[in-house]
Amino acid sequence: MHSKQSKWLWAAALLAYAFLYVPLIIVVVYSFNDSKLNAEWVGFTFKWYDMLFKNEQMLVAARNSLLIAIVTSVCATVLGTLAGLAMHKYKLRLLPLLVLTPIAIPEILMGVSLLIFFVMLNMTLGLVSVALAHIAFCIGFVAIVVRSRLQGMDESLVEAARDLGATPVQAFRLVTMPLIMPGIIAGALMAFTLSIDDFVITFFTAGAGASTLPLQIYSMIRIAVTPEVNAVSTLLMVLTLCLILLASKLAPSALRAE
Amino acid sequence: MSKSNRINKWLISGPPLLYLIIFFAIPSLIMAFAAFRFPEDYGGLLPLIGVNPDTGANELLVNAQNWRDYLTFENFGLFFTDSIYVELFAKSFWYAGITTLICLAMAYPLAWLIARSPKKYRDLMILLVILPFWSNFLIRVYAWMIILGPQGYFSMAINQALGLIGIGPVQLMFSHVAVIIVLVYVHLPFMVLPLYANLEKHDMALLDAAQDLGASGWQRFWKITWPLSLPGVWAGAALVFIPALGMFAVPDLVGGTDGIMIGNLIKQQFLDSRDWPFGSVLSIMLTLAVLLLAGMAALIGRGGKRNAL
Repeated sequence: MHSKQSKWLWAAALLAYAFLYVPLIIVVVYSFNDSKLNAEWVGFTFKWYDMLFKNEQMLVAARNSLLIAIVTSVCATVLGTLAGLAMHKYKLRLLPLLVLTPIAIPEILMGVSLLIFFVMLNMTLGLVSVALAHIAFCIGFVAIVVRSRLQGMDESLVEAARDLGATPVQAFRLVTMPLIMPGIIAGALMAFTLSIDDFVITFFTAGAGASTLPLQIYSMIRIAVTPEVNAVSTLLMVLTLCLILLASKLAPSALRAE
Repeated sequence: MSKSNRINKWLISGPPLLYLIIFFAIPSLIMAFAAFRFPEDYGGLLPLIGVNPDTGANELLVNAQNWRDYLTFENFGLFFTDSIYVELFAKSFWYAGITTLICLAMAYPLAWLIARSPKKYRDLMILLVILPFWSNFLIRVYAWMIILGPQGYFSMAINQALGLIGIGPVQLMFSHVAVIIVLVYVHLPFMVLPLYANLEKHDMALLDAAQDLGASGWQRFWKITWPLSLPGVWAGAALVFIPALGMFAVPDLVGGTDGIMIGNLIKQQFLDSRDWPFGSVLSIMLTLAVLLLAGMAALIGRGGKRNAL
């Protein structure tokens, strides 16, 4: 009785999945195509990957991205975990507002306001300004993941530890911390990917001082569509895929909340 | 609250609070003030601190007598006197609106199917929706540049089909259509996730009851599933509409001259023509639009929930 209906549903769903995946598959396939044009399939080659690893600018950009992402994920994880704990434990007004608004507003607004801010402070735009900006927008994502983990935690475990004579610090270190650890790690991985992937905020806060992979990709695809971009895109996709699978192994519920 | 508790509270919430005040709240406030300032000759903002020609020392240039020379409403006047800006806002709203509707139409059947699938497949199906979203945003835009480009198979197929019915070749790249397709593509998961989260919680017994009472498939959908799913619909709409409204990279890469949006204008004011105060006015207008929409979505969402119950 439902079969006719569900046939249509399946067709619609399959179309949606195809819509999501076909473009990305095309990028991956063309990254192995032995032609300068993203049109006809000529033959299999690794030469675009080879070119990529000899492209000095690209390597510098990759190193910058990695450096910023590492600093960002460490700082944002510490600050975001504190924010998540504070939001779970205390009734606060200002903190949730400051934590959640950067996630809700269009990124360009944060980008341009930080640009004005850094320039008015006479700061040279570069790796440092980008990292400071990335930390600001990643705190919220970490905080949400950590808070959702805390909400799923059994409070009575902490109470039991306290009854058995643990100090608040001991109870936190020995009970709460291990229980929310998967959330913290998932938050760190999320901050890392958000930072490595971010384009808009980086675009405004990097100045001429630091190019990152997304900025490099942007300037390349603005000029022309080349197979080298396919190669770097494929590598970046593989990297993100690994990080996400790792995160979903560690904290499946946290990932879904995102 | 005891004293040590209060200290704990500040030790925990203090560092993130301080960081976000410095790197989010203060920059936002500076931008809001910048909208009321005069632009400097070479862009940027007229300095508040500078060298006094008489003494040669650095000092505050603004005082009780001349503060009017540093504050102006002119930038806002410019926004409302030239219809180009208001029209561009309207066009961006239209792009974001169409994008939201198409996302809703594509996401609904998918979210429904996932929510009704056996439990063991649901996580996998949702993961399959999220995965492309985790690949870099620019890569997803770039993928469509290949597809829509004149040498792409998709463009050629469409033009061949159009050729059969006697319509000349069309260019898909650098058009309104390209902007909307790509906006839909990069935002689709944001619509699927809240819809799925909502649809998963529906009580199937309601649908069975409606069927027992003789309701047809469509009746069951419109009278039960749809009203119950409205909170998810509004959440998804907000998650798609707001970021789509502020986009600048998508119109930049696939929109051409016709396809620009508010974001492009803001970027232009800050980086190319370097009129920061006017750029700030545009940013404030965008912020106000977002706040208005978020407030409306919250109100309607609450109303929708109440009606559904």
